[in-house]
Amino acid sequence: MLSTSKKACTVNPLKMSQPIGAALAFMGLKGAMPLLHGSQGCTSFGLVLFVRHFREAIPLQTTAMSEVATVIGGLENVEQAVVNIVSRTKPEIIGICSTGVTETKGDDVEGFIRAIRQKHPELDGVALVSVSTPDFKDAFQDGWAKAVTRMIDQLVLPAAPDVQRHPRRLNVLAGCHLTPGDIDELRDIFESFGLEPLFLPDLSGSLDGHLPDDFTPTTLGGIGVAEIAGMGQSSWILAIGEQMRGAAELLSEKSGLPFTLFDRLTGLSSSDDLMAWLARISGRPVPLKFRRQRSQLVDAMLDGHFHFGGKKVAIGAEPDLLWAVGSWLTEMGCEIRAAVTTTQSARLEDLPSGATLIGDLEDLEGMASDCDLLITHSHGRQAAERLEIPFFRLGIPTFDRLGAGHQLTVGYRGTRSLIFDIGNLFIAQAHEPNPGTWRLPEEVMASA
Amino acid sequence: MSTLASKIQEVFAEPGCGKNQGKSEKERKKGCTKQLKPGAAAGGCAFDGAKIALQPITDVAHLVHGPIACEGNSWDNRGAKSSGPQVYRTGFTTDIGEQDVIFGGEKRLYKSIKEIIEKYDPPAVFVYQTCVPAMIGDDIGAVCKAASERLGKPVIPINSPGFVGPKNLGNKLAGEALLDYVIGTEEPEVTTPYDINIIGEYNLAGELWQVKPLLDELGIRILSCISGDARYHEVASSHRARAAMMVCSKAMINVARKMEERYQIPFFEGSFYGIGDMSESLREIARLLVERGAPDELLGRTEALIAREEARAWERLAPYKKRLGGKRVLLITGGVKSWSVVAALQEVGIEIVGTSVKKSTKEDKERIKELMGDDAHMIDDMSPREMYKMLKEARADIMLSGGRSQFVALKAKMPWLDINQERHHAYAGYEGMVDLVAEIDKALSNPIWGQVRKAAPWDETTWEQRADQAIAEELAAAERDPVAAREKARARQICNCKAITAGEIEDAILADRLIRVEEIVERTHAGSGCGGCAPRIGAILANFEAQAALSQAVR
Repeated sequence: MLSTSKKACTVNPLKMSQPIGAALAFMGLKGAMPLLHGSQGCTSFGLVLFVRHFREAIPLQTTAMSEVATVIGGLENVEQAVVNIVSRTKPEIIGICSTGVTETKGDDVEGFIRAIRQKHPELDGVALVSVSTPDFKDAFQDGWAKAVTRMIDQLVLPAAPDVQRHPRRLNVLAGCHLTPGDIDELRDIFESFGLEPLFLPDLSGSLDGHLPDDFTPTTLGGIGVAEIAGMGQSSWILAIGEQMRGAAELLSEKSGLPFTLFDRLTGLSSSDDLMAWLARISGRPVPLKFRRQRSQLVDAMLDGHFHFGGKKVAIGAEPDLLWAVGSWLTEMGCEIRAAVTTTQSARLEDLPSGATLIGDLEDLEGMASDCDLLITHSHGRQAAERLEIPFFRLGIPTFDRLGAGHQLTVGYRGTRSLIFDIGNLFIAQAHEPNPGTWRLPEEVMASA
Repeated sequence: MSTLASKIQEVFAEPGCGKNQGKSEKERKKGCTKQLKPGAAAGGCAFDGAKIALQPITDVAHLVHGPIACEGNSWDNRGAKSSGPQVYRTGFTTDIGEQDVIFGGEKRLYKSIKEIIEKYDPPAVFVYQTCVPAMIGDDIGAVCKAASERLGKPVIPINSPGFVGPKNLGNKLAGEALLDYVIGTEEPEVTTPYDINIIGEYNLAGELWQVKPLLDELGIRILSCISGDARYHEVASSHRARAAMMVCSKAMINVARKMEERYQIPFFEGSFYGIGDMSESLREIARLLVERGAPDELLGRTEALIAREEARAWERLAPYKKRLGGKRVLLITGGVKSWSVVAALQEVGIEIVGTSVKKSTKEDKERIKELMGDDAHMIDDMSPREMYKMLKEARADIMLSGGRSQFVALKAKMPWLDINQERHHAYAGYEGMVDLVAEIDKALSNPIWGQVRKAAPWDETTWEQRADQAIAEELAAAERDPVAAREKARARQICNCKAITAGEIEDAILADRLIRVEEIVERTHAGSGCGGCAPRIGAILANFEAQAALSQAVR
């Protein structure tokens, strides 16, 4: 059951805004510069959030809407921003994400782009993709999904009926719950089956924390605009996360290909399903290394289940991340005592949890009083301290730990490492008994 | 080593120990010279056993005199809990080197004791002898004596080097050290008519504290627990107790019996595992105390507490009874836990599929038999394949055992619960029984089992199916070639200690017309080691008797 918190006031938010979700999606494109159409602050908060999470320079620009510009409309600001960005950073693509301010005003960014194109033929080589992402609606994950849908809509060339398809090329629509490390892991898996994956978006080249050969003010890597354009010629579409369903439907329509959607890749059975699917489409046997990894995962489950069984867990995460990790924890014998998420998702109706709430960290804290573990992003640390329970950081932002971009949750290996990381927290939490641990209850003593 | 040798003889002659009494005079004499089978031995050494038995004394510094292996590889790995001092968990070892081996390690030992007393100021230092210094002739008794005199603290030699025998022997040698050097050396501040000793309880996972609140309520004082959560002073003044309970089967029977002999402290053997056993132990404690002069009314109060706590426990167990009734448990464990856990589980309607008797004494085995009736399926050693067979035939839903067999169970993808001394959960008393059942329920209901038993998507057959096939093929082969199958059965090793096969035993029975297990032991030496294979020897004998009876009838 998915319900919504009835409170007027959100306390200790779990949710992040839609435009920065969209902006992060654009960061998975090569030579990209995301541009928030809004006031300066909209961008700077998002920028700081990503810098702290990924520990990387983040390309993110703003149309810096002033009070006056907001009232009279932002055409001029968007135009100047685009022209400046192109002249200063020479991007392949600018992703323009609207914000609360400009949506309230009702700026027609699509109209602006047409006007700018007419006026500035020198920008012809630069893709301009806009996405409507008002802050006051939906959440981070929705922004990401909308941006990906818009990229497909604007950039993918429709496949002709007699299109020559790349026999091994696989389109992968990756949800925002996948880290750059997850993408790397998946690429490795797909390539082991002889497939050539095209990830959209692809954070693994841009935010995986590698050292670039050269300074680039735009993104360091990711999928190129030309590669996106050619996605219609691939042979398969794989969508990861329920959030990618809309994008997958559109890509399916444009490319004339059916799509396969995995709502999660965490856990033994979902990883098995992925392997079986890959073996089928590639016509190749499952490589030996995955057989070994599977066996290692099964062993980790056997070793770990002692510590997971019967544990009560509280999780706060974006819907697809909550679905993946929450379902897997249930498979390990945990009870999801409390689950809080940020936005609607069809999948979450099925989450085996006492109650799943669209709410905030105060809601989560309130429901987690007798839990054994709190899982959410770094902002949950105070709640965990107050609750005096262990805390596992998951999701964006994770600003007080290293390696957030490489946290793995997918595949046999990712699941195995989750078992170890979370299992170790359970082990460390095991309380030491003392002479008072089994003291007889007060009422029994009173009646004696 | 002569004093050690005589000490071992003394321990082996222990009149309270059924196992020793079960051996022939000759076998008993052999005592410590008994060889464990190289390449097939499992379990700890005598040093290990001594350390297990004494380390729970929490304020003592336990110093291991030996190379780094003995302490370095094993320190702080046991779950005996302390309500105060932590010095017992500090790893102290002389870590002797080549120079010490050549010139002797006694100086280093003395200096080590001195450093410990200067830095940690414990009420006593226990010095554990190990194999290498025993070989080079380090006299830890003399060093301890000198150190005690010069440093003004009790320094107790625990002469139980690993090579003298198994863990079980070490338990007893540790007890001897307490009897020789500790017990009776100090006096308690006060005594009451309600003072008891609990002997052989190590407070693993805090189990003593599951029982202590009940004793507290009855006004019964644990003068000393030997050795769980004990203080040196308590053990040293434990000779003033009125009565004693011996908990861990035979591990410290020498302590209980000799304290009865020297200080007239009567004892009984009991268990805190299982509701029935717990109640029985409380009753016995009260009875012995009243016998020794405590007021009669203690008996009534004890019964009232038992009634109340049993009712509370049953109430909490009721929901599980429904879920676990008819579930089958495979029990593989040694010693006292076998029979006490069997009793406990039967109370919630769980069926016991088998129980091992590896470490148990004869008496233990009889108790298991008594508790489990004729259905008892004794399992001494089980191969992973056999383990799987049990699982496959749906004869067991979960296995309970000690840490070492854990991985056999888990690799066979079978639910498993740790009930050995490395365990983290406390299962004593009424509280512990509820916890144990809750843990079994948790293990059984964990959803991973369905997942891990599923074949990988690329596998046409599972591991289990292939094992089935192999088993079927073996059976078929036996049918095709009965002679070879017979040879194979005869080649099966019955006694692991002495490496005696079923064929050798059968031949001996036939040749000398043996009719008693003892005769077979005498004749073939099978069963003269740990004694664990006695039931299997008995089974072979029973088989012969049945055949003889059959042929008689036919004739």
